[in-house]
Amino acid sequence: MKKIKLTISLLAVSMLLFVSCNGEKKQDVKETKTEAAPLGKGQSAVSDNVSEANALQVAKSLDDFKTLVVAIETAGVEDAVVNAGPLTIFAPVNSAFDKLPEGTVETLLKPENKAKLAYILTNHVAPANYPIKQLKKEAKKGRKLYMASGKYLVVENKDGDIYVGGTKILKTVKVSNGWIHVIGDVLVPAE
Amino acid sequence: MKTIFKSLFAITVLSVILSSCGNGGTNKKGSQGALSGNAAERVYVAPGEHDEFYAFVSGGFSGQLSVYGLPSGRLFKVIPVFSVDAEKAYGFNEETKAMLMTSHGFIPWDDSHHPDISQTEGVLDGRWIFINANNTPRIAKIDLTTFETTEILEIPNSAGNHSSSFVTENSEYVVAGTRFGIPFPQRDMPIDEYKGNFKGALSFIKLDPEDGTMDLSFQIRMPGFNYDLSHPGRGKSHGWFFFSTYNTEESNSLLEVNASQNDKDYIAAVNWKKAEEYIKAGKYKTMPARYAHNTYDEKTHTASTEWGKEVKVLDPAECPGLVYFLPTPKSPHGCDVDPSGEYIIGNGKLAAELTAHSFTKMLKAIEEKKFDGEAYGIPILKYEDILAGVVKQPGLGPLHTEFDGKGNAYTTFFISSEVVKWKLGTWEVIDRKPTYYSVGHLMIPGGNSRKPFGKYVLAMNKITKDRYLPTGPEVTQSAQLYDITGEKMELLLDFPTIGEPHYAAGIPASIIAENSKKIYKLEENEHKYAVKSEAEAKVERNGNEVHIYMTMIRSHFAPDNIEGVKVGDKVYFHVTNLEQDYDVPHGVSMIGAQTSELLIMPGQTETFIWEPKEVGIWPFYCTDFCSALHQEMQGYVRVSPKGSKVPIKFTLDGDAVDAE
Repeated sequence: MKKIKLTISLLAVSMLLFVSCNGEKKQDVKETKTEAAPLGKGQSAVSDNVSEANALQVAKSLDDFKTLVVAIETAGVEDAVVNAGPLTIFAPVNSAFDKLPEGTVETLLKPENKAKLAYILTNHVAPANYPIKQLKKEAKKGRKLYMASGKYLVVENKDGDIYVGGTKILKTVKVSNGWIHVIGDVLVPAE
Repeated sequence: MKTIFKSLFAITVLSVILSSCGNGGTNKKGSQGALSGNAAERVYVAPGEHDEFYAFVSGGFSGQLSVYGLPSGRLFKVIPVFSVDAEKAYGFNEETKAMLMTSHGFIPWDDSHHPDISQTEGVLDGRWIFINANNTPRIAKIDLTTFETTEILEIPNSAGNHSSSFVTENSEYVVAGTRFGIPFPQRDMPIDEYKGNFKGALSFIKLDPEDGTMDLSFQIRMPGFNYDLSHPGRGKSHGWFFFSTYNTEESNSLLEVNASQNDKDYIAAVNWKKAEEYIKAGKYKTMPARYAHNTYDEKTHTASTEWGKEVKVLDPAECPGLVYFLPTPKSPHGCDVDPSGEYIIGNGKLAAELTAHSFTKMLKAIEEKKFDGEAYGIPILKYEDILAGVVKQPGLGPLHTEFDGKGNAYTTFFISSEVVKWKLGTWEVIDRKPTYYSVGHLMIPGGNSRKPFGKYVLAMNKITKDRYLPTGPEVTQSAQLYDITGEKMELLLDFPTIGEPHYAAGIPASIIAENSKKIYKLEENEHKYAVKSEAEAKVERNGNEVHIYMTMIRSHFAPDNIEGVKVGDKVYFHVTNLEQDYDVPHGVSMIGAQTSELLIMPGQTETFIWEPKEVGIWPFYCTDFCSALHQEMQGYVRVSPKGSKVPIKFTLDGDAVDAE
């Protein structure tokens, strides 16, 4: 349990780092060339066409996740979703975002709501290795999924279909750093 | 009052900033001394940036080859070659033990000396790097896509494999010469009957043009001198190979005195194209030999040994035109050929001057048969006839020379602890810089090829004494980096090294970085005990052998609970890393296993053996911090008493590994 919490705080820290990187980058331009080391980009910038695709690369390659990818980039959590993980991501398709009350997405994408958006996104990520087989087991044993947001999601098996947080898993993709389970709803945390 | 203080403070700060900016500018223009200037800036590679060059620095008595970046001097990897390495399980896991097999059995250590990178048309091509084992004579090949040792060939009839492992300009051969004269073939005889009876083998190892596979093509059975170093001809002298010799006195004791009697020893010039003709014409003797040829197969991730049984041997006395001796003063050590192939530089360890022989003059003298007698049937040329020039009073104890491709040569001096820059053709000394202390080899990337990349020279020191924080009686050895782009050399950096930095080979990073492999493809894994998915994982008993076919992926082993193992069993852990993601290795170790951990790259399978001696429940775990749940990556093996009826059982999360 402690370990998982640590992971969460790590995720949070990496977000913070990213934010500060952006800030410093702007300063860097003003400074002379001989000063200050150039700031490295995060892991999401690693060029690698040999390894299996990671969660972000897969999401980017599919039109179904256009909105999700925009949200990930706006929240600045790209580096977290390419991390060694392992990560299990419940990925809402574009239409899932349409189901939210009018104007919600636009509001969340505003810079001042970055933290809020990041928080909602982390509610879709479990720092764990959950293939469908394992989710079935979790459902059977009545174990909840601990999400990166700090919240728990209920897993249910309804006639062979798996539901997380009340929404059905439509499809599953293996990615190099874990799993993407496609869902049709955004899993907005209760508060 | 406060306001005044504030303004004063602001002015002070401003002026400090201004003046420091000014200083920066002056420093750059200033020509006074590298150390007071911007040396730090010139070796600084910012976080996330890459070095311009790879430097492959041999470990000497560590038996390994370490990979550094230049100009930063940062260490990236230590490649295990001739010594076991518990960190990487080299020589410990079942897959690599065969790499260290020799005719003397398994040998866990050696002394690695002279790395040399493969060439195409005289230019570094960055496909492989070769290195010699000095003690139990062997040549290793390291693949520069995986940075792993993939082949080791034992050299028979040789001892103290020192004038090795240098590559010809189209990677036709890698060449190995013996330091010790020995009976050839070996036999029981009095040591003091050395003279005339002991011999020295020069070995030519043919390289497969496609995959670099080594094949001991032939040996030249030379007089029993000590063959110290060698280099191939290039350009106009391509087809020749030059070997320095000492102990032409053929002494067998107190060599420090007895091998320094002759005024001149020789550089042996070997016409290997002629040798090929003699081999083709059948002018060789086939002599029995037994030598190991170890190959690591990237598909099976496993090494195996084949045994060589004989070798073709040429006798120079019976092969006119094969070998000539070039008289060279006082026990020449380094034997270096300039980028044009015209000058052969002999560094007489005890000589007061450096000798440059002319290849053109050598050919002319041979043509005109101007010989000064012969030794064991090998014609000796006249020193004066072949001399191109000498560098006078260059320093004390010259050892090695490399070239910058701009007409300059750089020679190390052990006794006077310095690197001396001099000009080819005019033989004048241009600059000298101290080293700290007692330098051996030096390296310019490509400095012994047709195309040197003459930006830096790396000097490798044998002694450091007070140069670093002390660490008891044993202190680090070191390398020093000089900028050689200007008229004068500038010392930029000092950095400690692994083992003895005996020699190095450097290459622009751009030639090899792109080819560096990221992962092993799981679908190409042909290891006998590989399993490609968790569902295929299993445990099988065969008599008292238990084979565990295990997988690893973030962040668990499958299976991770195993029962039915008994005291007295020999348990094989065959572990496959299922990851197909760059830089996600996993490790595994088992309590009480008398071996090292395994460190397994994505797509790779490795095996270790555990022989449990005590009843109980024994854990194993992942040793490489692989993921956020690394600390959860663990498992248990139940060990029951000998003769127990507990059946083999293996599970993951309480179920069979292939449960749906």
